Parts: sequence; structure tokens; C-alpha cells
Amino acid sequence: MTCRDFLKELTDYLDDALDQNTRAELEDHLQWCHNCYVICNTTKKTIEIYRDSTLYELPDDLRTRLRSAIVTKCHDRKKGPQ
Amino acid sequence: MATIEKLNAPEPLTEELQLVNAAKAGDISAFEELVRRYDRNVFRIAQHITQNREDAEDVVQDAFMKAYENLGQFQGQSKFYTWLVRIAVNEALMKLRRRRPERMVSLDEEVRTEEDSMPREIADWSPNPEQLYNQSELRDILGKTIQGLPPSFRTVFVLRDVEGLSTEETAEALDLSIPAVKSRLLRARLQLRERLNKYFKARKSGDGNK
Repeated sequence: MTCRDFLKELTDYLDDALDQNTRAELEDHLQWCHNCYVICNTTKKTIEIYRDSTLYELPDDLRTRLRSAIVTKCHDRKKGPQ
Repeated sequence: MATIEKLNAPEPLTEELQLVNAAKAGDISAFEELVRRYDRNVFRIAQHITQNREDAEDVVQDAFMKAYENLGQFQGQSKFYTWLVRIAVNEALMKLRRRRPERMVSLDEEVRTEEDSMPREIADWSPNPEQLYNQSELRDILGKTIQGLPPSFRTVFVLRDVEGLSTEETAEALDLSIPAVKSRLLRARLQLRERLNKYFKARKSGDGNK
């Protein structure tokens, strides 16, 4: 397996979506290829950091305001959806 | 090496279908419960796509209103959330196009070639890179970094990796094929990693820890 092959499978590897054989081949490659090991590790970390981030959280006051605007509009559509 | 943790499926489906059916029958409090369940997600997705706070607020209102008005068309074959995300993404892309008419914004754009994602810089990161910065610095870095991705990449990344939709759900919400979702996701992940290098790579002396 080349580094290019490894990269192609990286997303499925991180998502645990590979069959056992391909997965074993990738893990074998990781044993000896430091570059791919680093890329794999830091890509995984990238995902985790974004997932755990509080980027773009909806503040409570805005949340309340938006929800009440939506509910008011729903009431305005008196008949509601069919 | 362990793979990333599986995300939790967001909702018990049958209970949610009951809410949708009640809302269809005109029960606004049932619809309000659906809003309460997903407004944070819709806001995050909208803000990621539009990169603009006011636009994201509009998208939340417009997407839920569109969902409300079209509940009759929701057949329950997909999850309500996936259906809602599809509406929200379309609303957000419309905002983006309005704001940047000079650049056609499309999810179909094939941005550059695969070569583009080949890592150029391979440096290991500090053991806990997110701890090198305080919360607001980190938010700035993450925001700036993801803004640099083409909309078609960041949308796939946000749905899959931030909001936890499956590959199939992401494909459905964005009207893309599964291979297209996978290829964009890989490139988005690799490009983000590459761009974060300069902030997170291990420092030679002192390790950079506060």
C-alpha cells in the first residue's frame, strides 16, 4: 500500500467503515509510515476539535427570540399546513 | 489507532413522527417542540455556510417556516431532521448567493483536483493542541480556518463531522451521491488539517504550553 492509497481510504478508516482486510492493510502501513501516522492522527484531532468546539452556539436570548418569532408566524398562518 | 467515536443518533424516531403528525394537524406546540430540538443545529449549519450572523438568524426563521408550510410534503421516509437540514442548507446557500453574487455558489462545484488535498506539510501536533489557546482564540482560529474552505466542502464537513449526520443522510440532505460526499469530506478534512498545522504543530522548545 502506498501513501496515496492510504489517503484515499483515510476517511473510511476514521469513520470505521472499512472491511477487515483493508483495515488491516492500513494499520500495517501505519506501523512503518510515520508521515501517514501523523496525518491520520492530526486529521482525527481536527475532526474532534471541530466537533467539541462551541463555534456558533446559539445564545439563549437569541434562541428565545427566534423561537417566539417562528411560533408567532405559525399562528399567523391561521389555517396551518394541510 | 482508534477511529473516531461514533456519534449518537439524535432522536427516537417514532416519538418524533408523532410530533410531526401533530404539527401537520395544526398543533403549533408540537411544532415548537421540533424547533426547540433542532434550532441550535440549524443555526450552526447556517452560520457555517453563510459565515454571517444575521443571515444565520434569518435562515433559522425561514427554514422552520418553510418546513412548517410544507409539512404536508414530509412523508416520513427520511428522518425529520434530515429533511429539515435539506431545507436549511438551501436557504443558507440562497443567502450566500445573494451576498456574493459575483461568485456562483453551488454544491456541485468540483473545486480543484485531488492533488490539491495531498498534504504538503507533515508536522506532528502538540499533545493537546486546543489547550494552547483560550476559548475565544480557539474559536477565532477554527472559524477563520473553516471559512477558507469552499462552501461545498465546508457544508459536507459540517453536516458529517460537526452535526453527525451519516454519509447517507448527508448525501440525501445535499442531493449528492455517496462517492461525492466521501470525496468532499476527505478533502475538507485534509485541507482543514493542513490549515490548522500552523497553529497546532508541536513547538521545538518549551512545547508552547501556557
